[in-house]
Amino acid sequence: MKIILQNLTKIFPSKNKKSNDVVVAVNDLNIEIPDGTLVGLLGPSGCGKSTTLYMICGLQKPTEGKVFFGDKDVTFLEPEHRGVGLVFQNYALYPHLTVKQNILFPLQNLKGDQKLSKEEALKRAREAADLVQIGDLMDRKPSELSGGQQQRVAIARALVKAPRVLLLDEPLSNLDARLRLQTREEIKRIQRETGVTTVFVTHDQEEAMSISDIIVVMKEGVVQQVGEPQKVYDDPDNLFVAKFLGTPPINVFDGSVSGGSLYIGSEKVLDDVNVPDRPVVVGLRPEGFVPDENGRFSGKLKSVEVMGRDSSIVFTSEFSQKPSARAIVDSEAGTPLDAEGNVHFNLKRTKVHIFDAENGNRIRF
Amino acid sequence: MKKDSLKSSRDLKKLRTDIGSRNQLKGWLYLAPALLLLLIFSFYPLINTFKMAFQNGYNGLAIVGGESFTLGIENFKSVVNFVDFKLCLKNTILLCVITVPISTILALLIAVALNSIKPLQKIYQTVFFLPYVTNSIAIGMVFNAMFTRVGIGDLIETQGIINNILKIFNLGPYNFVNVGSSWGANMFVVCTYIVWNAIPFKILVLLGGLQNVNKQYYEAAKIDGTSKIRTFFRITVPLLSPMLAYVIITSFIGGFKEYSSVVGIFGEGMGPGDNGQMNTIVGYVYKMLPKSQLGNASAASLILFGIILIVTAINGYVSKKSVHY
Repeated sequence: MKIILQNLTKIFPSKNKKSNDVVVAVNDLNIEIPDGTLVGLLGPSGCGKSTTLYMICGLQKPTEGKVFFGDKDVTFLEPEHRGVGLVFQNYALYPHLTVKQNILFPLQNLKGDQKLSKEEALKRAREAADLVQIGDLMDRKPSELSGGQQQRVAIARALVKAPRVLLLDEPLSNLDARLRLQTREEIKRIQRETGVTTVFVTHDQEEAMSISDIIVVMKEGVVQQVGEPQKVYDDPDNLFVAKFLGTPPINVFDGSVSGGSLYIGSEKVLDDVNVPDRPVVVGLRPEGFVPDENGRFSGKLKSVEVMGRDSSIVFTSEFSQKPSARAIVDSEAGTPLDAEGNVHFNLKRTKVHIFDAENGNRIRF
Repeated sequence: MKKDSLKSSRDLKKLRTDIGSRNQLKGWLYLAPALLLLLIFSFYPLINTFKMAFQNGYNGLAIVGGESFTLGIENFKSVVNFVDFKLCLKNTILLCVITVPISTILALLIAVALNSIKPLQKIYQTVFFLPYVTNSIAIGMVFNAMFTRVGIGDLIETQGIINNILKIFNLGPYNFVNVGSSWGANMFVVCTYIVWNAIPFKILVLLGGLQNVNKQYYEAAKIDGTSKIRTFFRITVPLLSPMLAYVIITSFIGGFKEYSSVVGIFGEGMGPGDNGQMNTIVGYVYKMLPKSQLGNASAASLILFGIILIVTAINGYVSKKSVHY
């Protein structure tokens, strides 16, 4: 099921009665989610991504704008008629019901023609449980399960009525690091097997990048960029997106363009920069540094962290916006130092991004 | 070397027990004020009640004369064989059985309704809670005035508001509480009173429970298209079951000790025209006291204690099976 969000806006009234301030949680959001894709809504907390999810499932009504499932306008359709499955951040499994009863619960609500016989419902529940590999836990209570198992039950409960859209609210945030890796693969697999259009919300860029077909980066209720994870990473539209994606994060320096060359401080780090002269912000991906003793860019070496194949060179620069910058280089490349203890690099052109110093918009060159 | 270490470990152990016992002493010392009060005002009367109950014909006066009573169960026998006591027992049990389910269900419905409204919630909450902070004797007197009927036949002059309302529907006037009123009519009034009086506290407890229920359960149920009724029975009630169990157990205990409601409505006579037909077990106990039948009073209290113990045990057993913590 294709999902289209059109000019979606959600405004919450202020909690403080005296002030007339309102909170614009989602501002004029336009996204088209193709059928059968896994989409990650990504952004820092409070950016409106969960609100967007709740508007898709219908628990919250948009202030303005429309939600389409396929060609059908579902903006004012109640959640139960939308055919969505939602997995809550804390799973919201009914604590007094067993796993089996939890998974059966949505099926027992079906009325009229859709009503299933007991055997049929049980069969469907078993299928859903097998899909998420919890078939042997059917008679346990949620309190007797680990976080990862509860997560699976919640997914099974959301999937059992064969929803057209599966929504996951921060699906991995309550899991420990190891389980998180495992579960995100699992979500990907389940999504592939069922082919259900899936939207999930996360603030963890690694999580979003690793499993999404498409990521939507949001900030303060406004969509910053939509696209395939690798493409968004390689070609960010603005400084926020560039900073938000990637671990270790992008290094940001104050620089300028002058006479068709990019300068950081007095160092001319890149030629053939087709931009009128102006001050800019330069984003350098950690993997964009090539150690070279005659390199054009330099910084004062702070430390070298060897991590096997790669090494992480930490250095300081008076033009860096953070106390230190980090370059990830091949361990065999060494660390070319000069007499003053400065490390020198050449820069890979594709890993250098230039942004407007005022509004952070990308300046392509 | 080995001997040394052994010795030191023993020393350590001794030191530990020293500290332990010193701490224990301190602990008892801190507990002393509370313990002293409990000993005087709880344990002593409790034990004394047992003592009095099992001394045949105990009347409290004989101690002066140094006369001692024989031990036995004569007190219990005379209580159980007393016609009035059987009436008291019947009244008490009926009051419990009728009012506990009604008040619990009503309180649950009101609490759910209160929880689902936003505007005026606080005002309604206050209104519903008012009976709880009002003196029960005063309420009883008001109930009496509401249900009253004065006069005979065509000469009926003053009618309480209830009879006036019934008059609109061409009913009555009924004799609810006045001299000559039937046991059933009295029962109806007392039950109404108890239900009305019991609801506030239950609403308070259940509303508190409801407000603690994670709203996401309801959102999840909503997405799954759960009907309101099914949500209520399959989600709200089970999630509230600990509170419900608490409310039911305490109101059974309170119900068996019912007394002030009857006194409020009918006065110390415990019935219309002081005929005592609405008397309860606690009322019986109080009645025995001025007659110097302390033995009987104690025996009746112990019987009541036994009943409450059994009912609470049953409650506990049932709730263990059906309450989801």
